[in-house]
Amino acid sequence: MNFWSFMVQNRDEVAQLTLEHLWIVGISTMFSVGIGVPLGILITRRPKLHNPVIITANIIQTIPSLALFGFLLPTPWIGDRAGRLAVLALTLYALLPLIRNTYAGIKGVDRAVVEAARGMGLTDWQLLCKVELPLAASVILAGMRVAVVISVGLATIAAAIGAGGLGELIFRGLAMVNNSVILAGAVPAALMALLADFGLGWLGRRFAPPQAA
Amino acid sequence: MNGAAVEFRGVSYQVPNGREILHDFNLVVPRGEILVLLGRSGSGKTTALKLVNRLYELSSGDLLVESRAAREWDIIKLRRSIGYAIQEVGLFPHYTVSRNIGVVPAIEQWAPERTEARVQELLKLVGLNSDIGPRYPHQLSGGQRQRVGVARALAADPPILLMDEPFGALDPLTRADLQREFLSLQEQLGKTVLFVTHDLHEALLLGTRIALLEEGRLVSTSSPQEFLHSSDPLVQKYVQAFSAAEQVRGGK
Repeated sequence: MNFWSFMVQNRDEVAQLTLEHLWIVGISTMFSVGIGVPLGILITRRPKLHNPVIITANIIQTIPSLALFGFLLPTPWIGDRAGRLAVLALTLYALLPLIRNTYAGIKGVDRAVVEAARGMGLTDWQLLCKVELPLAASVILAGMRVAVVISVGLATIAAAIGAGGLGELIFRGLAMVNNSVILAGAVPAALMALLADFGLGWLGRRFAPPQAA
Repeated sequence: MNGAAVEFRGVSYQVPNGREILHDFNLVVPRGEILVLLGRSGSGKTTALKLVNRLYELSSGDLLVESRAAREWDIIKLRRSIGYAIQEVGLFPHYTVSRNIGVVPAIEQWAPERTEARVQELLKLVGLNSDIGPRYPHQLSGGQRQRVGVARALAADPPILLMDEPFGALDPLTRADLQREFLSLQEQLGKTVLFVTHDLHEALLLGTRIALLEEGRLVSTSSPQEFLHSSDPLVQKYVQAFSAAEQVRGGK
């Protein structure tokens, strides 16, 4: 059975698994942005926290994904459901690019612009919202782009702990030694990664500060 | 109320590693004066300026703004009542010229029509055409950017202006234009201006008084006339370097 006929015959299952995949990636991206961006902002304000935060995120990044899934298994509540576990692992993996790019984006804002803003009497919050975040937006989005592409790939491995998603087809295909089944999981996952990459890249260009446009 | 807009009383400033940038600095700046802080790089002149709007916090001594200790001011209110213009200008690259000029009015929550009217008024005041309003900073020349910077500093009509080598990065012709226009602007507005420069020509041209700084200490304060005829050895060094340049210009 070739790849196309497998896709056509199993379109409902492929669609279902694609949705699961999107769901895991979407939720974990929401969490990682919600945690990573504020952490990135925090370490621009509290330089002492910079190294501990970055090093921790770096260490998480170096743990092999299968091992991380294994480590997290005994966690109460999280370990009860494979989906939760997958979301947590993907969130942790996506943190580093988000923290790093948020920090770099804000630190990369022209020093003179920040000084002028402070000198004019913008509060720290106004400085952040009106100057730093808008000017850092394209760099932060570039970090999100990396994070999402990594997540789409990693989410396939989450199938190993039964979290569902397109990885299920890949693992099944591996067990059956059937390339068509492997491809039925891999191709939609690759397309998803490409689409996310393209979409976030486009968004990043839209948010680039005017002189870089 | 005495007439001082800004007063330094024995002000010192140390950086966290203990090095003293400004030492026992005493200076009274009366209202309506253009006080030029003159000195070479590292003399502490920019530091003195940044103590006024508390971008730096002084280590000891007293600094009075409008007869009130700067540290007793609400820091945001203090900064909003002091205009600030710097050499790099620091316009917001993602804001149009109009929005840049209207930053302080906007955060002070002026009505949009009032801000817009004020922006138009300021564009005219600094010699810019009103069709420049919708443009972005990167589309302007250096001279235009600095004019916008000055307009922005004047937006909320602050009584005090701090200017840190605002014309330092401009070509000589543009600089001369802006200096001349700044003087006529000041005649209309009568702000109290603290103006940092290392250029004696600029100091003599613009200053009501010149305060000379060297290694974090105030060497002398004098009118431009007195400055040229001072017997202080350091002042004389400045004047000599300056007149040497003038002689070359005179073709001798």
